[in-house]
Amino acid sequence: MAEQALLHMHAITKTFPGVQALREVDLTVYPSEILALLGENGAGKSTLMKILNGVFAPNSGQIRWQGQAVVVHSPRAAQRLGISMIHQELALIPYLDVGKNIYLGREPQGVVPGTIDWRKLYQQAREQLDRLGLAVDPRTPVRYLSLAQQQMVEVAKAISLDARLIVMDEPTSSLTDNEVTTLFEQMRKLRAQGVSIVFISHRLNEVFQVADRVTVLRDGTLVGSKAIGELTQDEIIRMMVGREVADIYERHGETQRAEPILEVRNLTRRGVVSDVNFTLHRGEIVGLAGLVGAGRTELVETIFGIHPATSGQIILNGQPVRIKHPAQAIHYGIGLVPEDRKGQGLFLRMNVGTNVIVTLLAKLAGWGLIPWKQVKKIGEEFIQRLNIRTPSLQQRVRNLSGGNQQKVVIAKWLTREPKVLVLDEPTRGIDIGAKAEIHRLMRQLAQQGVGILMISSELPEVLGVSDRVLVMHEGRLVAEFDPRTATQDEIMSAATGAAKS
Amino acid sequence: MTIATILRRGTVLFVLIALVIFFSLNSDRFLQERNLVNIAVQNAHIIIVTVGMTLVMLSGGIDLSIGSVAALTGAVAAGLIVQNSVPVPLAMLLGLALGFAIGLINGWMVVYGKLPPFVATLAMLGMARGLTLVYTNGRPIANIGDEFTFWGRGTIGPIPTPIVVWVVVVIVAILLMTRTRFGLHIYAIGGNEETARLAGVPVNRVKMLTFGISGFLAALGGLLLTARVFSAQPQAAVGLELDAITAAVLGGVSLFGGVGNIPGAIIGALLVGVLGNGMNLLRVASYPQQVIQGVVLVLAVTIDMYTKRLERGAPKT
Repeated sequence: MAEQALLHMHAITKTFPGVQALREVDLTVYPSEILALLGENGAGKSTLMKILNGVFAPNSGQIRWQGQAVVVHSPRAAQRLGISMIHQELALIPYLDVGKNIYLGREPQGVVPGTIDWRKLYQQAREQLDRLGLAVDPRTPVRYLSLAQQQMVEVAKAISLDARLIVMDEPTSSLTDNEVTTLFEQMRKLRAQGVSIVFISHRLNEVFQVADRVTVLRDGTLVGSKAIGELTQDEIIRMMVGREVADIYERHGETQRAEPILEVRNLTRRGVVSDVNFTLHRGEIVGLAGLVGAGRTELVETIFGIHPATSGQIILNGQPVRIKHPAQAIHYGIGLVPEDRKGQGLFLRMNVGTNVIVTLLAKLAGWGLIPWKQVKKIGEEFIQRLNIRTPSLQQRVRNLSGGNQQKVVIAKWLTREPKVLVLDEPTRGIDIGAKAEIHRLMRQLAQQGVGILMISSELPEVLGVSDRVLVMHEGRLVAEFDPRTATQDEIMSAATGAAKS
Repeated sequence: MTIATILRRGTVLFVLIALVIFFSLNSDRFLQERNLVNIAVQNAHIIIVTVGMTLVMLSGGIDLSIGSVAALTGAVAAGLIVQNSVPVPLAMLLGLALGFAIGLINGWMVVYGKLPPFVATLAMLGMARGLTLVYTNGRPIANIGDEFTFWGRGTIGPIPTPIVVWVVVVIVAILLMTRTRFGLHIYAIGGNEETARLAGVPVNRVKMLTFGISGFLAALGGLLLTARVFSAQPQAAVGLELDAITAAVLGGVSLFGGVGNIPGAIIGALLVGVLGNGMNLLRVASYPQQVIQGVVLVLAVTIDMYTKRLERGAPKT
């Protein structure tokens, strides 16, 4: 080895009851590098990182840190070594301010033992934030910060711990493109200061932007590690899924556009949606692009009656309708697969069967009694139809993978045979295999005559899946594109308000 | 600062001021010094246990046992003095130690027994009340002596003793919550226990200690109450935990932990006290008083939530 490795994990094996999560996996990180750790959901990335962070103990294998064999038995022990982990769900305390969050558990002592020297604490916090170029007052409660800023506060916390290695688990999944750019700048700056970063992401284009090397896991085994320059996107995908994938965003055919099914006229919700007009046709997939905060989610929430419109008209099948409540939207045949799958789409602690039939309850249980036999039949039918991988209808939804959870949400709407299906970021945080399945399913539905409106912040997805692309900016529809001819750059400039068309 | 933030910071204070104005307009006795002192003395035990409840609630827990603990420790101290001729200061210290110990048991059940605080302290509510009845045979313990009643009836200089005690407790608690690690750690645990643990906060120790303090303050409240009414009643302080929760919630302490502060909770406790006193002066019968208290609680919290929503609407999208 030419260069002394910072971290070397050797032959790590981990089994959980009934599952072999990792089999003799090796992982090496060098000083001052950004390593992308890739793999589909369930490939073992998280387990490997949790072992590194001391959350799990491996069954066998060895960890060498700066040449020394070490045992990491707790996250605290990892921190003392200089390993910090930034979890996907941010681990900040929303009601405490930035400074307190950074120095929690390590508060500078005041004159009297047990007290805190607040001035010193905020001063040190200020220095850490300055180092990252983050213009945030350390006395601001964390809940007032944007997600990207919170992410950077986590980074500041890691640096203040003198971390030599920072593990970032999907740090970009909820950031806007601008915020991602800022984060990447900071990551490069950290690398220049001698910090190494393990970066987990499902977005391959980001990996190419920022990573030096790539390590790929599949089914709990190491597929390989290579410098980023030696790889193409297709090769990485092949390594991840173990088979040829012609194109993740392959077009699964197109549908003949038919009569309008949903028409939106001058729809306005004061402050967030302004004067929106568009038509969705039967059998059509319309992609809705824009930056986070452009009003896309607000628009579909208005159509679905979560926050009713202040003015404007919604026309379904040629009939003007008033939708003031989700129950009315459902009655008219609209379904919404929400952005926040776990919070708004599912009853996580309830089983698959109940989640699937919940929108049908009113129909099935006309007299207040639930016909469980029929529920079972319907549930099983949809598990099969959507290829939901679950041991049984009784499985609690929270134990399913993200992709299968999303399929449960979609199944929930399909039981009602919707005429219009709205999907808000349907494949966020879902691995490539499941993504392709969901795209295929959307196309199938369109071919059966459903009108589909899809919000997505991933431009390749918008371009690859939609028949037509609408772009929102600051609450307004600002552009329409034909995805067969449009480029990502054109859509981006419309979304940022740079181009008015 | 927007109007909404001012309102939010002071909703309950405004309600309190409004009540004071209302009562002073309707009763010429309300604003008299004697009456105001009376309010501060009669509610001393409520204010003190509210402080303990606030610490526990800020850490994300709840302590339902404080009423029973107050009764038990008051009875034990009185019994030691009357039946065993134990010196008053020692008897009081033993009472406080008993309260602290019971609080630690609560904490132990929560931290190591993994019981939800609601369940652990509900069980303790029953056990401590039962022990009180066993210890007293269900009969009051009277003739507790002047040295003890000093803590409920006496004065230090010109100021009634109970007022001195609660003011000291409140000041210490404010310092604890704003100046010390312990205070910050309570907020952190209530905000996100797992994060606090990962940051190296000694979560178990802090939680045990908050319950211990709550038990200690319940005992202190119980002693003051016993001293003020000249005897230990086996049914004393029934429902005291509800008064404390009401005061804390009125004062903006979140039932889910991490949000709120001591001054707010004290204002909440004073609001409850002023309301009761004013209604007595206006000769409102005691049954309808409870109804009115309920209505005020719902109104104040509703206004508070509404103004919070206004505030939240402003900076975020």
